[in-house]
Formats: sequence, C-alpha cells, structure tokens
Amino acid sequence: MAVTGMTRTNGLKKALPLLLPAYGWLTLAIFLPLSAMVYFSLLTTMSSTTPSLTLANYAAFFSDPLYAVLLLRSVKLALLVMMICVVIGFPAAYVLAKIFKGRAREAIFLIVILPFWSNSLVRVFSWSMVLREGGILDVVLNAILPFKVSVDLMYSYPAVVIGLVHSYLPYMVLTCYLSLQAIDDALIDAARSLGASRTTILRRVIAPLALPGVLAGSALIFIPVIGSFMEPRILGGRGGTLYGTVIEDQFTAVYNWPLGAALSFILLAVVLAILLAAAPVLRKAA
Amino acid sequence: MIRASAFLPGLGRFYIGLVLAFLYLPLVIMAAMSFNASPFYQLPFESTTHWYVALANDDGLIAATFNSLKIAILTTAIATVLGTAASLGLFRYEFTGKRLLQALIVPPIAIPWLISGTAMLIFFFGTGIGRGLHAILLGHVALALPYVIIVVSARLQTFSRDLEDAAASLGASAWQTTWKVTLPLIAPGVIAGGLFAFAVSFDQFVVSYFLATPGQTTLPVEIYAAIRKGFTPEINAVSTIIIVFSMSLMLVVSRFFRFGGDH
Repeated sequence: MAVTGMTRTNGLKKALPLLLPAYGWLTLAIFLPLSAMVYFSLLTTMSSTTPSLTLANYAAFFSDPLYAVLLLRSVKLALLVMMICVVIGFPAAYVLAKIFKGRAREAIFLIVILPFWSNSLVRVFSWSMVLREGGILDVVLNAILPFKVSVDLMYSYPAVVIGLVHSYLPYMVLTCYLSLQAIDDALIDAARSLGASRTTILRRVIAPLALPGVLAGSALIFIPVIGSFMEPRILGGRGGTLYGTVIEDQFTAVYNWPLGAALSFILLAVVLAILLAAAPVLRKAA
Repeated sequence: MIRASAFLPGLGRFYIGLVLAFLYLPLVIMAAMSFNASPFYQLPFESTTHWYVALANDDGLIAATFNSLKIAILTTAIATVLGTAASLGLFRYEFTGKRLLQALIVPPIAIPWLISGTAMLIFFFGTGIGRGLHAILLGHVALALPYVIIVVSARLQTFSRDLEDAAASLGASAWQTTWKVTLPLIAPGVIAGGLFAFAVSFDQFVVSYFLATPGQTTLPVEIYAAIRKGFTPEINAVSTIIIVFSMSLMLVVSRFFRFGGDH
C-alpha cells in the first residue's frame, strides 16, 4: 500500500465490478454457511429460544469412541480406494499416453472419461445389479465354474469399495494421463540409448515427472470418499456405516444439527490436517 | 528386449479392454435390466418396455427430471457469466489481496460436499433463505463457479494482454474490447467452463439432497429416495435415459473439442 499503493488500489477499483458478483455468491453460499456451521456446532440445542454456547458437541465426539472408530474407518476406506485407483488407473493412463497414437488414443481416452459425466448415483446403483445374490456375477460364475458357488457381495464392505473405485477411477486416469502426455518421448528415448533399463526409466524418469498427476488424482479421490455416505448406504447395508452416514443421520433422521455440525467440522479439520501433512510432497511435485 | 517391446502394446490394449469392461459392464447390465420383465431383476431375460411406460406415468420422477434440467441450465448460465467476469478481473488487474482471492477458489472444491451441503442447510435455514429449488440453485452455482474460473483462467494464460492494449489504443471502449477481442479468443475456455458447470450441477446429489424439500427436488435426490425404498426396474429405466442423455451430450461436445489429443 505504501509506494505502489496508487496503481494497486486503482487496479482493485477497476477489478471490483468484475469480481464482486462471483465472490459475493461464493461468500453467500460457501463462506458464510461454513462460518454458520462453526457457530452452530457450539450451540446446545437448535430449537431453544435462548441458545447458549457449549463445547458439549465436540466433547461427544471424544467421549463416545464410536465416532473416532468410524472416522478412522472412513479415512482407511478413502486411502484404500485412492490406492486401488492409482494401481489400476496409472497403468491405464500410461498405455493410453504412450502406446496408443492419434485418433485411436483420442477416442479411447474419451470413452474412459465418459462415465465421469454420467450420474454417480446411477453408477453406484448399477453395481447392485451385478453384486447381489442371483445377480450377474453370481450367474456368470456359476455358469463358468464346475462347482456351485454363491456370490452375494451386496451389502458388504467390498461392495462399497468396488462401487467407489468405479465412481472415481476416471479422475485418476484423467490426471495421470495429462501429466504422462506432457512427458517428451525424446526424454525416454535418451534414457534408453544411454543404457537405462525399463525399470530404471520408469523409476527415474517417468515416475518423478508423472507424480503431480498421481497426487492431483489422489486428492480428487480422497476428499470426496472420506465424506461419502450415498455409496455406503446403497451398497454397504449394515457393513456400510461410516463417518459420513453418521453425519447424514444427524441432519436427516435424528435432527441433532449442532452435533452434526460439530462432526462435520471435525471431518473438515481432519481433511485439512491430511492435506497440510501432504503439502511438502505436493509442493515438491509442483 | 525386442520381443518384450513387441509384446507390450498388445498387453496394454488388453489391459485397457479390461478397464473399459470394468467401467461399462455394470452400466450395460443396468440398462439391459430396464428391458427385463421381472420386477426382481430375475433371469431368464424376458423383453418388455413396461418400465418405460410406467416411468412416463410417474409424475414425481418427470417433475424432478425437469427441475434437474432447469437448475443445470440456470447454473451453467450464471456460473459461466460470473466466473468469466471474475477470471477477467483476476487476469487484467494487479491489486493487493489478489493471491488471497485466487486461493479462495480452492475451498469450494477441496471441502467434501457433505460438509458444504450441511453447512448450506444450516445457514439457509437460519437466515430464512430456506430450502427448495432456489436454495439448490444457490448451492450449485457456488460449486460450479470455481471450475469455471479455473478453466477460463487457464485459457487466459494463452491470451496476450497486448491484444487488449492494441484494441484500446485504436479507440475501442472497454466493453468493445471485451466483446470483440477478448471473448472470441477465449471462447473455447468459456464453453469448456460452461460444460463443467452443467456436469457439476446435473450430476450433483449431495448438496441437492440436503437442500431439497418433498415437492422441490431434483432427479438424483428422487432416485436415491426410490433406491432406499426398494429397487424397481423403473429406476433402471430413468437411469438408462440419463446415461444415454449425458453421454451423447458429451460425445457431441467432444466433436468440437479435441479432448486428450496432442495440443
């Protein structure tokens, strides 16, 4: 504001009419609601005419071990889904970026990310046709195998994992593909002509350059999965109780909004803590 | 070594085939079941269009479908205009706090929708904005705005500021410069941003779920309620229609853009 103050404030004055509508909207629909949620999480009850401030809702999280257990379960689920997506998605992106060429590559890339634009709820629902007893997986396996098997994965933890991987895999392929595509083939050829083996090239050339894509995809998957409640509800049954479903219950079934707000806020703190812990790696990759 | 590299492309193609099967088989099976007569998805397959007829008579689902389309179109229009304006503001001018404003785009994307959705529910309820379609629209635009700003800003990086200066020095007004010089050149970015906005809104379930009321609801919320009540092939029918609709839309759009091609 001191020396360059003139031009800088002038810039803001001109920029303001362009910025105000968008940032005003974000304030009204994101930033104020988040602040309201913090305040709400400190209230005793929601209907009381004289609401008083309390930390009881946060104390509830620590006094009942169930919440911490479920939160840990959600974190583990998010990590597992994220890792499976890396293991399946990275090789797929690699094949697309480095083996396919021209129009075939464009077409297949489009087909891989196309499900991303179909409804996620519908995609989760479609798995119930496959996984339930007497479903397609059951029928097909019994037709192939010489002995009788009963496959009923529906309403189980593995069903939730399968549904989530299916929902979020296109993100990983997309981000890995974008960073792999940017790697110059000449760089790989150079390493090869200098006598580097296939694994050395992968470890020393491709992996470091592709890391930003892998990390971006991981974050894009981890964040929504840790708060997921729709997928566990549809595919998990009793095995699908997670931190997200408990929060959902507070708002739609139990109507204890202050507790729900406190639980949401704790989840937000955990997400931020994990992102901060990953920040050095992220910065190095960028 | 030579034999290995001849072998790898074939293996790679096979692998991509497996991944595509994983991604598409459940969808294909679900679509097939919408034409199967058994209400309990039982095989053998008996062909029928009964569930589509039932769907056509389901006023609740049809109303919810139109709500979803209305909100997605409005969200696209509002988020694209406001987001493009904000991107131009951030691109053209220098001022203190600019980095902060750029950083503020991240939270709406980085916060799980469960948290944004419940926070909106609390705030809209407490301030009297209330729930319903207007609240859903408020939320969807906020979720879509950051995507538009990111995509349009990326496009602006390839745009030279000299062009705007040249137009201005030739006597064009700020409005003329924007309308005749800047916007045509960044149009692909603006259209891509709009597509993101449409996809974010049309696919959005979590935030809509917390803001919907029984009469004012969107298609995903209605489908979720139906699934929890018990499966019926009617849901398969409406799901099949949505999938065919969104995927065809993206295929048409992709003819205008080179997704994933060599840039």
